[in-house]
Amino acid sequence: MARSVTNQRKAINTAAAWIIGLLIFFPILWTILTSFKTEAQAIADPPLFLFFDWTTENYSTVMERSNYGRFLWNSIFIAGGSTILGIIIAIPAAWSMAFVPSRRTKDILLWMLSTKMLPAVGVLYPIYLLFIQFGLLDNVYGLTFILMLINLPIIVWMLYTYFREIPGEILEAARMDGAGLKSEILYVLTPMAIPGIASTLLLNFILAWNEAFWTLNLTAAKAAPLTAFIASYSSPEGLFYAKLSAASTMAIAPILIMGWFSQKQLVRGLTFGAVK
Amino acid sequence: MATKASRSAARVMMAPAVILLLGWMLVPLTMTLWFSFRTYLPLRGGDQGWTGFDNYVRFVTSSSFWPAIWTTLILLVGVLVITIVLGILLAILLDQPMWGQGVVRILVIAPFFVMPTVSALVWKNIFMDPTNGLFAHLWRFFGADPVSWLSDAAMPSLILIVSWQWLPFATLILLTAIQSLDGEQLEAAEMDGASVLSRFFYIALPHLSRAITIVILIQTIFLLAIFAEIFVTTGGAFGTRTLSYLIFQRVLESQNIGLGSAGGVYAIILANIVAIFLMRIVGKNLD
Repeated sequence: MARSVTNQRKAINTAAAWIIGLLIFFPILWTILTSFKTEAQAIADPPLFLFFDWTTENYSTVMERSNYGRFLWNSIFIAGGSTILGIIIAIPAAWSMAFVPSRRTKDILLWMLSTKMLPAVGVLYPIYLLFIQFGLLDNVYGLTFILMLINLPIIVWMLYTYFREIPGEILEAARMDGAGLKSEILYVLTPMAIPGIASTLLLNFILAWNEAFWTLNLTAAKAAPLTAFIASYSSPEGLFYAKLSAASTMAIAPILIMGWFSQKQLVRGLTFGAVK
Repeated sequence: MATKASRSAARVMMAPAVILLLGWMLVPLTMTLWFSFRTYLPLRGGDQGWTGFDNYVRFVTSSSFWPAIWTTLILLVGVLVITIVLGILLAILLDQPMWGQGVVRILVIAPFFVMPTVSALVWKNIFMDPTNGLFAHLWRFFGADPVSWLSDAAMPSLILIVSWQWLPFATLILLTAIQSLDGEQLEAAEMDGASVLSRFFYIALPHLSRAITIVILIQTIFLLAIFAEIFVTTGGAFGTRTLSYLIFQRVLESQNIGLGSAGGVYAIILANIVAIFLMRIVGKNLD
């Protein structure tokens, strides 16, 4: 008796959760479906759900017409470069804060976090001016550097929370065995920290990939990543639903897949360890 | 425990990150402060010297200031209420035993990973377009006149788009908090005859209060700075000009750097007020 009640409840839960889940996912699903329609089918009334002539024509059109490869490469370069650079700078900092904490460690961590709260629009013109001054406007290196700075606090924080979970006794044992600082980091710490570093890498790649203030304001044609490429579809002459959908699908697909892998680390990374 | 040598090594290792962030904070901030006290119009005569607090006064007395503050607040409160209320309900639902829980979780989280320009454009064109949008088809199907969502109901539409983007974040954090809820305590309350509602209000909600606070603070910081969604959908028209969008327009569109910088200083102060509360919570957790 009790068992059938739980099963019935489970069935209701399942139905409710699936309906709501699909409803939330629907805009993405619909975009993916539309990307395989012709332009006429994309705006057909009543809308076509699954039974239309599937075509991959939009994908080839988008790639031919808009030099899609360069936008994609810019996105990969900027997101990947800023993340890797940030991690290289953050690892020693997070290491020293986790294993050689001083009275000021907490203050430094909180101060780093506070730089993340700086509203971008408040420093838009100074950055714009500096970029012109140094010839960095519409330049992938300039953008990589800015995004590295923006995500550096999150990277330091995530690494710090992961490093703190590594037991200190292991380091002491290594020191007893005569390991120097360099080999301590290279051979003892790094292997244990790799899962943490990997999830930091993943989450920050996603954040940098989707960043849409600096990428829109500091690029024109040359250094524009996918965020700016998609924004160019908002002009009326670029308004083709099927092609817009194809371009969108290509811009979000790799990140959706990465995101699903990083969902566990997401909470830790975005709440600075305050929710576990 | 740490030796003197390791302390100084630690300082050296921290230096690059600290110096970079210090530069990132101080250099542009000093420049913004400097510009905010000057009449600076790059396209109309350049830097024309000191004006004292003139820009600060002009920014708050301009006719677009209070509407921008209201828009910012409506967007903020609207999105916070929607994401937190729906987030709590969704988190409770996802915490129940069911089939295919992992897949549902993935479906619910997905919008968070969609880049802002994509979600704004997809909603604007494929859903909210008054002739070819999906909503227009739906309205016509029920015999109603299609609505020009992003001009006639711009704010609700914007709130819908932004809420869709942030609901996964709220749900995920609240779900993490719910999963750490003591099941035995709930069972004991159930045995004592506490109803579902009183169990929710007296046990679950207090347990969630910390997570809710964190969701509010983090979302507030991001929502105050929202840009791409407005840039792509309405360009700040139809009453969707928030404080940060107003500053963006002053700086880049009308090229009034002094005025925009004064606005920037206001925005920085506003964000810092929120940040102080967030820091307190995060800081407590560090001890």
